[in-house]
Amino acid sequence: MKQGLTRNQVAWRIARDIPDGAIVNLGIGQPVLVANFLPAGREIVFHSENGILGMGPEPPEDAQDEDLINAGKQPITLLPGASICHHADSFAMIRGRHLDLCVLGAFQVAANGDLANWSTGAEGAIPGVGGAMDLAVGARAVYAMTDHCTRRGEPKIVARATYPLTGRGAVDRIYTDLAVIDVTPAGLAVREMVRGLDFAELRARTGAPIEPADRLGVLEAPEL
Amino acid sequence: MIDKRVASVAEAVADITDGATVLIGGFGEAGSPTELIHALIDRGARGLTVVNNNAGNGHIGLAALLEQRRVARMICTYPRSSHSEAFEELYRAGEVALEVVPQGTLAERLRAAGAGIGGFYTPTAVGTPLGEGKETRTIDGRDYVLEYPLHADFALIKAERADRWGNLTYRLAARNFGPLMCMAAETTIVQARSLAELGGIDPEAVVTPGIFVDRVVAVPEPMSEREAILRGDRYP
Repeated sequence: MKQGLTRNQVAWRIARDIPDGAIVNLGIGQPVLVANFLPAGREIVFHSENGILGMGPEPPEDAQDEDLINAGKQPITLLPGASICHHADSFAMIRGRHLDLCVLGAFQVAANGDLANWSTGAEGAIPGVGGAMDLAVGARAVYAMTDHCTRRGEPKIVARATYPLTGRGAVDRIYTDLAVIDVTPAGLAVREMVRGLDFAELRARTGAPIEPADRLGVLEAPEL
Repeated sequence: MIDKRVASVAEAVADITDGATVLIGGFGEAGSPTELIHALIDRGARGLTVVNNNAGNGHIGLAALLEQRRVARMICTYPRSSHSEAFEELYRAGEVALEVVPQGTLAERLRAAGAGIGGFYTPTAVGTPLGEGKETRTIDGRDYVLEYPLHADFALIKAERADRWGNLTYRLAARNFGPLMCMAAETTIVQARSLAELGGIDPEAVVTPGIFVDRVVAVPEPMSEREAILRGDRYP
């Protein structure tokens, strides 16, 4: 069977779906890759939880500023038109449904859109949630970016989440190395699937019922 | 005459006593009032409850306060980072208690405390372990949990400029929780890179009005957390 997409390719695929003019928060981890693959000609504004709207890319080392970092604590730049606000305003943007889209990583996504991405609940682990729970309930659309299965081959798309939840019914669409899947009131609908995989194989790798969407497309991306 | 300037960081923190709840501004390395925290270590207060987004990096500032066993309880959103060994060791040894709060909820609890709000309903954390045991209400078909204001005895804040009335500006992302913490504490103590004459800050550029500030102290060359960690600095 053909390999699935690389993480860069999944990021590229997600970037295709971000419209011109969108205000977007990219979660820490894999989702930040999305910023590297924005289609030309679209003006997309990135928000970061620590009060930044209009975030630009990481500057070279000699231009970094300790007072200018993103939510992942990485050095960033400000683009023309950027603004700075305090944390309550920044989270008003999130919780108040002003962000068009948030892309979040996931440990598990359930068939009803429940998202688990902050804790595996493991004994002795130090908990930390950051802004994930606010983003999960606040952004107008939440895309989950995740490997289809864990390294041990266990499905990450599940009938019911077994890890502690980040948000109930939060996820609208799931992008994996194998498929693009919509979370709908009727269940999980597969919009796109990689070539060389048949639907029964995708079902076998998914821990929740899935059905093909009305039009089942091919999930593909250029070599990146 | 109103003059909130004090001569030294030691004088600024001289009345912080054992068991106090202390808000500490900053998000990662941006906005940490490291010199005020070091003065608090020198001051010797113990059994503190500390509120910060994180839980300190390296062996300076909040991490040093933790290592000196001054903190009984941390309230934060995300204690782990690439240099958070100090907190992690104490937490695993059971020597510091931890309350994890979603970041937007922490910000709003501080704002509520400063704004005289008795509580608020937020959709954040509904149906999650951090929402468990909290009063919930359905408003217009959406579920919310009740959160309470987070009041504190003191706030330690780093600003860019301050005047003797306590008006403040911040620099870039060093603003973060600063304006909220200034409002939420009984006594707000600010270190500023420079002090302005009264009228020297454009009224439209003031981010925190002086009414929310009690003391300002000049720290013209604040420590760089990044460089301190690279050098392996420790405090004291």
